[in-house]
Amino acid sequence: MQISFTLNGRPTTVDVEPATLVAELLREQLNLTGTHIGCDTSQCGACVVHLDGLPVKSCTLLAPALDGATLLTIEGLQGAPGSNQMHPMQEAFREHHGLQCGFCTPGMLMTAIALAAEKPDLTESDVRHGLEGNICRCTGYQNIVVSVMAGAAAMNAAKGE
Amino acid sequence: MGNVIGIGAAPKRKEDQRFLTGRGNYVSDIKRPGMTAGVFVRSPHGHAVLRGVDKSAALASAGVIAVLTGDDVKVEGLGGLPCGWGISDAKGVPMKEPPFPMLAQGKVRYVGDMVAFVIAETPEQANAAAELLTIDYEVLPSVVGVLEAVRPGAPQLFDDVPNNICCDWELGDKGAVETAFRKAAHVAKLSLVNNRLIGNPMEPRAAIAEYEPGTDRFTLWTTSQFPHVVRFLMGALVLNIPQHKLRVVAPDVGGGFGVKQFHYGEEAVITWAAKRVKRPIKWVASRSEGYVSDRHGRDHVTEAELALDEHGKFLAFRVNTLANMGGYLSTFGPNIPTNLYGPLLGGVYTTPAIYCNVKVVFTNTVPVDAYRGAGRPEATFVLERIVDVAASEMGIDRVEIRRRNMIPKEAYPYQTPVLVQYDSGDPMGCLDGALVAADVKNFGVRKAASASKGKFRGLGYSTYVEACGLAPSRFAGRLGARGGLYESATVRVHPTGQVTVMIGTHNHGQGHETTFAQIVSEKLGVSFEDVDIVFGDTDRVQFGMGTYGSRSLVVGGAALSKATDKVIAKGKKIAAHLLEAAEVDIQFEAGNFSVAGTDRIKSFEEIAGAAYVPHNYPLEVLEPGLEEQAYYDPVNFTYPGGCHIAEVEVDPETGTVTLVSYTAVDDVGTVINPMIVEGQLHGGIVQGVGQALFENAVYDEGSGQLLSGSLMDYCMPRADHMPMMKVATHSTLCTHTPMGVKGCGEVGTIGSPAAVINAVVDALSHLGVTHVDMPATPNRIWRLLQNASLPVAAE
Amino acid sequence: MKPFAYHQPDQIPDAAKLLTSIEDSKLVAGGMTLIPTLKQRLANPPALVDLSRLGNLKGITDDGATITIGAMTPHAVVAASKLVQAKIPGLAALASMIGDPAVRSRGTIGGSVANNDPAADYPAGVLGLGAAIVTSTREIAADKFFLGLFETALETGEIITAIRFPVPLRAGYTKFKAPASRYALVGVFVAKFADGVRVAVTGAGPGVFRVPPMEAALSENFDPSAIAAIKIDNDGLTSDIHAEADYRAHLVTVMAKRAVDAALS
Repeated sequence: MQISFTLNGRPTTVDVEPATLVAELLREQLNLTGTHIGCDTSQCGACVVHLDGLPVKSCTLLAPALDGATLLTIEGLQGAPGSNQMHPMQEAFREHHGLQCGFCTPGMLMTAIALAAEKPDLTESDVRHGLEGNICRCTGYQNIVVSVMAGAAAMNAAKGE
Repeated sequence: MGNVIGIGAAPKRKEDQRFLTGRGNYVSDIKRPGMTAGVFVRSPHGHAVLRGVDKSAALASAGVIAVLTGDDVKVEGLGGLPCGWGISDAKGVPMKEPPFPMLAQGKVRYVGDMVAFVIAETPEQANAAAELLTIDYEVLPSVVGVLEAVRPGAPQLFDDVPNNICCDWELGDKGAVETAFRKAAHVAKLSLVNNRLIGNPMEPRAAIAEYEPGTDRFTLWTTSQFPHVVRFLMGALVLNIPQHKLRVVAPDVGGGFGVKQFHYGEEAVITWAAKRVKRPIKWVASRSEGYVSDRHGRDHVTEAELALDEHGKFLAFRVNTLANMGGYLSTFGPNIPTNLYGPLLGGVYTTPAIYCNVKVVFTNTVPVDAYRGAGRPEATFVLERIVDVAASEMGIDRVEIRRRNMIPKEAYPYQTPVLVQYDSGDPMGCLDGALVAADVKNFGVRKAASASKGKFRGLGYSTYVEACGLAPSRFAGRLGARGGLYESATVRVHPTGQVTVMIGTHNHGQGHETTFAQIVSEKLGVSFEDVDIVFGDTDRVQFGMGTYGSRSLVVGGAALSKATDKVIAKGKKIAAHLLEAAEVDIQFEAGNFSVAGTDRIKSFEEIAGAAYVPHNYPLEVLEPGLEEQAYYDPVNFTYPGGCHIAEVEVDPETGTVTLVSYTAVDDVGTVINPMIVEGQLHGGIVQGVGQALFENAVYDEGSGQLLSGSLMDYCMPRADHMPMMKVATHSTLCTHTPMGVKGCGEVGTIGSPAAVINAVVDALSHLGVTHVDMPATPNRIWRLLQNASLPVAAE
Repeated sequence: MKPFAYHQPDQIPDAAKLLTSIEDSKLVAGGMTLIPTLKQRLANPPALVDLSRLGNLKGITDDGATITIGAMTPHAVVAASKLVQAKIPGLAALASMIGDPAVRSRGTIGGSVANNDPAADYPAGVLGLGAAIVTSTREIAADKFFLGLFETALETGEIITAIRFPVPLRAGYTKFKAPASRYALVGVFVAKFADGVRVAVTGAGPGVFRVPPMEAALSENFDPSAIAAIKIDNDGLTSDIHAEADYRAHLVTVMAKRAVDAALS
């Protein structure tokens, strides 16, 4: 079937089997391999993307659900428009060593950005609970939590400008 | 000279840009022209005779290219998967080493054992065809626990391995220990289980293999921590492919923790199959597949006894362990519960006599091998638990009993009775630092506050040491290693002065691209930005043993340091010629070669340029070019250690244990990048906390089914399980590594399980609880409280 | 996944017709349970009927004595709804505890109720509040809807369109999360109405169930102490690697007390 959607700001039309996961569509057909698949039970969160602004697990989403929607993946993140900067959340993860092997990182970032957008004054507890659906095996989460709080503060500051 | 960022600085990581922007290059991201899809068909039974496989329906299925089984392997006369260590019993009799065919032959021995490999145009077609295979099994009873496996009448995995015992290994002076026990004023006893774990790196394993008929070369992309070792083991010992015809690439790898440091059957099968089908093949494991095929870790049952004099001084320590090997011997399997376990039973204490017996046992479970810490967390857990048991039984404070037995700083180097000699350390300094950092003196106030909410609060200590920086080859060889354990590095200085390093370790989260660049930047005085680190490709990197055992900086970093020294030495010869001075008068400092006592100077870039444009150059005595290589074989292990203090709160109503605070003060030797070291400690600690509180691989006895076979049933630590940890270093310098480094990858995982469980036991001690097995799940704690012998104390 | 046809009807009768005419076809709402099942090749439906284009299945309406939540309303919307928070805060709290943020973005109340997973949260809220399940053909009382392990009173082709919740005087939900899956190991929903109290338990057994002795005790005295001594029978409760039956039984009492506390706070 043919579906049309906005992918990282660009109108996109693809021909896809209905039995295709969005994560597979992105990785195999669209060559956007930043979205990772870390499990088969919708637990790990490595595949989180934003569908119409909300975080969703792209490994638990069928491609037809994209028709008419807006999809943002890790490859579509950016800093201030027109700049070459990364998104403030990406910068915060680098600044605070919020990643090690990098595999969970795209999903962590997408979840974190959605979390920060939903609640401007995140507490440590908010962040820890908000990351409930994202598993990291490397960092022990500490620097991820620090990164998310810093990234959220930077997002707020940017919004206030 | 430019932006030198050297040892002790904390630059942001070079590798982060690609990971943060979704541009990492993991095996599953790679596509090759004409690529096919491979699927492994695995045994659903723990133990069965494999009578035959009918491929006909699968072969007729849409898109199927080939179906391969153990019979096909047999016809080609290919080898089994090799074990890298051969241990022996006390009489010198070698371990039983049954063949480990890459696809099962005759029998399957665990759920997940590979029976067939199906290759089709697409993964969906391969999966569909896999379901059409008719596999004739004669199901046999399974045995999954070590206690059950050694019992008379237990199911036997191999005809020639009586009682399923692979090796009855021992270490230490049994007689001296017995004598000491006879003199003891007190003997503490402890029975415990070290729970079976599944490593769960977030990237599932994957491989792509390709054969080029034009050059007769194979390429294998694999999620490996040690591509050169895979090339050696697979090429030389399994598939008979000459080393120069086999390229193994391990690109970005999404976490390893030991799980990816073995040569797996999937790698051999897919490489062999690529030549048969003459097209590239890709296999990507699902998480569930990983659960029944990634090598598991730990899984010990142990009886320990500690003999003490009337003052609480340790006289002797005796440990008897049954260690689970699973269905076959994995690459390092038998080494882990023996050589990496027994020698650590001395801990940071002056115990004069130690004896350890380990029965290494086959069961119908996934093969067991190294998982972060590997043998050393198990040893630390036994020792640090029994120290607490002894303290409690003798009425000695738990910190005090540790102080009475600790090796004083001045006593290093310290020879233990179990082979190893610690070169350096200050366990008392780590303990003192941790006591302050954890605010132990106010623990009573916090405990009372918890009690007022109906909660039990406990504090747990773990003062520990580990052996890492694997490994001195000669020493390892005596213990049974079948390979060397050195590391190599090449420092290639380009004509313009930038540097590319080729190193045999593998970066899968540890930040090597940053740390190693700092070493080069400091030593050569070049910009941090002007150094790139290349790893993970046998065609680009000369050789290497890979990354495991906290060895990358210790052994690889040492090779790198030596290679940079060689670059400097050659640079001095070039500079002497250019500056018309004697070589002995040339100094190298901050990126400049100069003649001592003069202002005559040549920059590093100028020397590099001269080496590649040798017009004014001593060609008669010196080769052009500026590239040096070094191999480094360590003279000893390194011995990082420290003190961990955990504080927990137990909700007696539900049995839930909450980790409320965690403090670690560790001695990791010289710190190259403190940001990265802290990150390694954080991650390591949480893996140990996972073992203590959450993680457990559970098999069903009889059927051999893995009951915790997905993330729905195997509990991984999550962000909301953890408090903010306090980590600090209190370092003494390693005396035998070039930079004084000791390694930091595993310390967190080694120290933490004992600290957490000691805290849980402390919280429940007023109820008469003396031990809690891991993981301390709510159900388990609730059950203990139900059975507690004493009434709930009014607190 | 095995291939399947995909239908996106925009009228309920069309959807119902597809479901009855294509044998073994399945509804897909948020897909939080169905898609993992398909991925693991545990189900092989020839066709999926996607409910996302049906009108009026999303949203929450205030009917005074009841509130009605459209079947396709995601958990996150229920959790964040000012209306639900004001009228049945225990239900908003329940929705906020389901899965994780990404699951709450997609998962729907109708999907959860129709699936009747024995460890799902919503069945406890629906049964605890004595809600009505509104379908394409009728209304079914919660007490007659949940029939056991993954079984409901729904007929083939019958589609849940909304759940109608009576507004209680007080209600609370407390969940002891299964450590790995984060489903309810035991979840208890307690609702106090003018004519009595309802207590519904999820996670503990093969399906959601009520606890009449607790209901009677709480109807007399709506306080945790009223049920502290009431133990439910271990028989029929689930025993697995995470929790044995007697522990689950114990947790029912603990969670029920805490749910009452939550309702009172």
